[in-house]
Parts: sequence; C-alpha cells; structure tokens
Amino acid sequence: MNDKHLRTPLKNVRGLGPARSGTHHFTVQRITAVALVPLALWFVWFALSLIHLDYAGAHALAARPLNAVLLVAFVLSVFWHAQLGLQVVIEDYVHRPGLEIVSQLAVKFLCVLGALACVLAVVRIALGS
Amino acid sequence: MPQAARPKSPHLQIYRWQIQMVSSILHRAAGIALAAGTVLLVCLLASLAAGPEAYANVQHYAASPLGQLLLLGWTWSLAFHLLNGLRHLLEDTGAGFPIKTFVMTGWIAVIGSFVLTALVWACVLLQRGGA
Repeated sequence: MNDKHLRTPLKNVRGLGPARSGTHHFTVQRITAVALVPLALWFVWFALSLIHLDYAGAHALAARPLNAVLLVAFVLSVFWHAQLGLQVVIEDYVHRPGLEIVSQLAVKFLCVLGALACVLAVVRIALGS
Repeated sequence: MPQAARPKSPHLQIYRWQIQMVSSILHRAAGIALAAGTVLLVCLLASLAAGPEAYANVQHYAASPLGQLLLLGWTWSLAFHLLNGLRHLLEDTGAGFPIKTFVMTGWIAVIGSFVLTALVWACVLLQRGGA
C-alpha cells in the first residue's frame, strides 16, 4: 500500500475490472442460475399441466398461492438472468460505443418491462380480478 | 504486400470442431433463444389474466405448426442451457476441468438435452392423446 494513500487495498480493488463492478455481475448471474434450476423444472411441470386444462382450470392452477409465488420467483429470476446474459453478449459483439449503450439500455428496459408485465399478470390472476 | 503473408489469428473457420467449443457456442445461442422466448411467457401470463378470449388466442398460436416448432426449439434450448449451466456451476467449484472430464460432461449436456426434450414432448403427446 502506498504511504500517501489511506485507502486499504480492498477499497482500491472494489469497483475495478472492465465493468467497474468487480465480481458482482458474475455473482448475481450464478445466484439467479442456481435459483433457476429448480424454478425452471417447476415451470416445465406447470406448462405441461396447462395442456389438458381449459381457461378456468389454467386460471385456477396459476391462482393457487404456492404456484403464484413460484411464478413470480421464476419470472424475476428469468428476466434478471436474461439481462445479465444478454449484457455479456452485447459487450462481446457490439463494438460501436453509441450502439452498444443503446442496445444495453434497450435490453435492460425490455427485461424490466417483461418482468413487471408478468408480475402484474400473476397478481391479477391470484387476486381473481 | 508483406502484410498479407503474416500469420493470422485462427478463428472459427480454422479450428477443428470439437465438443468444447460446440457446447460453449450452443450455451450462448440457447440463452439468446430463451431470452426471446420470454415474449411467450409474457403472452401466456398476460392472457391468463386478461380472460378466456385472449387465452384462447395464445393457445391457438401455440398449437399452430410454427408455434409448435418454436416450443420444440425452446424446450431444447431450456434443456441444454439447464444441463450445460449445471456443468458451468460444477466448473465454478474448480471441478470438471481435466480434459477427459470436460469432454465427457460436454457430451452429457448435448445428448442429455435431446433426451430431456424427448421426455417433455412425450408428456405433451401423452396428455394430448389422453385429452
């Protein structure tokens, strides 16, 4: 550590790296990935259950509190994980600075909108409106 | 032009295809496909909230030949991304890197993805047959 600096080495390391956020992206990508292993398997079961149900049955299945909670958890994890993954794809392949910022923002906004739309839909289903 | 004779960095056209790169490329491709598939997730939940007509519309498009093809593609994408994702999580612990293991787990992810897809669609066809 330089004598003229009072910052600890940890303080200097934090926020470094090309993304200026250290390992945060990596960590959250892994956390959402771990969450999605059971949630995705559960969602496949949910989607398969919808096949033989009519509208009322499908609505009732999604409205069950446990299913509604798991749907919200699945949706939030999916859009969060998708945004993190697409961010890396754009960082790798889009090299024009202006276009990169626009596409990064577009992906972030679309993912948030998708998540909000899904959560609102599940809330409407669960509350029966 | 002396520059033309310089060796170039090898790229996809030069390398012999091997499971290590195939699984990596497929992981990213499947991830992008799944991100696109979230449109259907939004449509499904929004239509379920909106009412029987909207839900029937989504059912109609999902049951169309194009819809079934997309659903089949998304099933495989999910199966592969899930299996290869588990492989990535295993590798995050530091395990699975010896070349033999790495190649084997790559093949497990590729072959397993087709097995899982077949299982899911067997369920689909069975349910439809029973309905």
